[in-house]
Amino acid sequence: MSSSEFALELLAVKKAFGKSEIIRGAQLQVKAGERVAIIGPNGAGKSTLFNLITGRFGLSSGEIRLHGQRIDGKKPYEINRLGLSRSFQVSNLFTRLSVFENIRCAVLWSLGHRYSFWKFLADLTDANERAEAVLAMIKLDRRRDVPAMNLTYAEARALEIGITIAGGSSVILLDEPTAGMSKSETQRFIQLIREVTVGKTLLTVEHDMGVVFGLADKIAVLVYGEVIAFDVPDAVRADARVQEAYLGSVLAEAH
Amino acid sequence: MNSSRAQSFHFKPLNVGRWLVWGLYAFALIVAPLLWTSSFAQTMLTQIGIGIIACLAYNILLGQGGMLSFGHAVYSGLGSFLAIHTLNLAVSGAWNIPVSLIPLIGGAAGMGVAALLGYVSTKKAGTPFAMITLGLGELVWSMSLMIPEFFGGEGGVSSNRVIGEPFLGFLTFGPQIQVYYLIAAYCFISTAAMFALTRTPLGRMLNAVRDNPERVAFIGYDTQWVRYLAFMISGFFAGVAGGLAALNFEIVTAEVVGAARSGAYLLFTFLGGATFFFGPIIGAVLMVVGLVLLSELTQAWLLYLGLIFLFMVMYAPGGIASLIMMNLRVAAYGKLRQLTGSYLALAGTALTMLVGGGAMIEMLYHMQLNAAMGPEVEFIGVTLNTAGVDAWFGSVMVMLVGLGLFEMSRRQYVREWGDVQAEIEKEIKRREAL
Repeated sequence: MSSSEFALELLAVKKAFGKSEIIRGAQLQVKAGERVAIIGPNGAGKSTLFNLITGRFGLSSGEIRLHGQRIDGKKPYEINRLGLSRSFQVSNLFTRLSVFENIRCAVLWSLGHRYSFWKFLADLTDANERAEAVLAMIKLDRRRDVPAMNLTYAEARALEIGITIAGGSSVILLDEPTAGMSKSETQRFIQLIREVTVGKTLLTVEHDMGVVFGLADKIAVLVYGEVIAFDVPDAVRADARVQEAYLGSVLAEAH
Repeated sequence: MNSSRAQSFHFKPLNVGRWLVWGLYAFALIVAPLLWTSSFAQTMLTQIGIGIIACLAYNILLGQGGMLSFGHAVYSGLGSFLAIHTLNLAVSGAWNIPVSLIPLIGGAAGMGVAALLGYVSTKKAGTPFAMITLGLGELVWSMSLMIPEFFGGEGGVSSNRVIGEPFLGFLTFGPQIQVYYLIAAYCFISTAAMFALTRTPLGRMLNAVRDNPERVAFIGYDTQWVRYLAFMISGFFAGVAGGLAALNFEIVTAEVVGAARSGAYLLFTFLGGATFFFGPIIGAVLMVVGLVLLSELTQAWLLYLGLIFLFMVMYAPGGIASLIMMNLRVAAYGKLRQLTGSYLALAGTALTMLVGGGAMIEMLYHMQLNAAMGPEVEFIGVTLNTAGVDAWFGSVMVMLVGLGLFEMSRRQYVREWGDVQAEIEKEIKRREAL
């Protein structure tokens, strides 16, 4: 792995669906350990950007680097093996498996168990202990044997985060982790996200400005497929282009 | 809470319940031919043994991997052909291989063909996968007509399993009972191996791919590779079943790769219950009983089979296994007795309905197929006259009355079932709160 001061780099990334260009030369360089919130108006391409980074969609042009290594053109599972993991806006779980099995599935690859069919899961002490630890971290240990489809909304969101971080990826992408939650749940959840992403590079897409300021070291503002500002919250708030393009009113409200 | 958690994932070398279940399974396989000693019963038992392996292999795809295959007879069938050709090589003395190992040749063949064809089909999931398996099934079926040198044309390929010196002095595999025990041994080992698979990382990831293939890609696994590996393993066991069938019948005809056989695997695996590991075992028993016994009893057996399938899909999509498990849960909370009345009512009214409907079906079949034998047909000890109005009127009435009463008792049952479930939920909550 080539060394780079950046955990994740997007260089002139473009993505067009047919004739409509959604991402138009997005540029973003995230240092290792930074927590970045990506904000922007609806339709700015935030989710598309996540899908490009994680390999769900191919790029039209440009480069994406993870720890200096190019990952554009790779498949999602290859990118995940290089240490990048994501959560989904709508909970994306293994519905018929128990909470514990969901987490254990998510740790298997990173612990090198691959496709083995000559070892019993019950004997994989490392995977079982890691899964129990993650379960405790996301506070679902009391629900370990419940099928994922029977969880409450907030529990499902917590499991979603748990699956994302279980593999020990160094770069974590969270797509609207608190969407649809009440105020108090959101507060609790921000705390949870802080705890489970200690020492990791974090990118989140968020609409809730409270979450953005509660969680992020830096804010990237995405407007019409371009990153028009990327800086610490105060600087972004003061940025004339940002205020003009989208944010002035929202930021004023939040403070 | 904590102590139970610590125990739950530690390996338990002496799990009494599991030993008991597997012990009973082995016992049943050993004792069955001693209880049913007629040659007809033993033929059926051997076929059940083969069917269990085939249906369990099929369920690796259907129940555990969420892959709906319409062409699984290709792998068991080609396993059969390779096995019978190998047996013929052994007969001619060209290759000295023990008869008892020939099913493994079938398994290798099934796996090899699955490796080849599965490479294409497992690139897709869902409907495209199903369509590809259907296409590949037709392809192999048409090849069976085109290449008579391998598939033996209309007459098939026949052989003789009694060759060489008796193994251990007495095992010639000539008598049916010896073949049965060979099949039973393969059946037990295959079942254990396939159960073990569900407890491994690959087996669990196969469940994950079934539930949510998209997410699997984002936790580092290649979904196609998971499906492909599972497909090859399934092909192996299907091939073993095919190899055993070749030994058992000593003849293999092209129909073993046909769509009807593939359809039977799907139908009976589903009927038995794809969501539980043991479901296909029940399905295999039903398959042999259904195909052999029912076809002896009535000409309209395919129609009855279709009706049963229809009702199961509508009212019990989890198959018989899930019906058993749901009722065991009720029994575990000591509430099964509350439902006995309803069950008796359901059974009685269903039987009435069946008698009326069955009489009409039998009369209809008689009129269409056996009209030359006169207007009278025998049905459960009663002689019905298809030319008269009485028999028709009577059976329509019986069926309608049965139907009406069945619907009433069904509604009653649904209500009671709901009550019982609510009571159980309450009980669980109460215990959790303790």
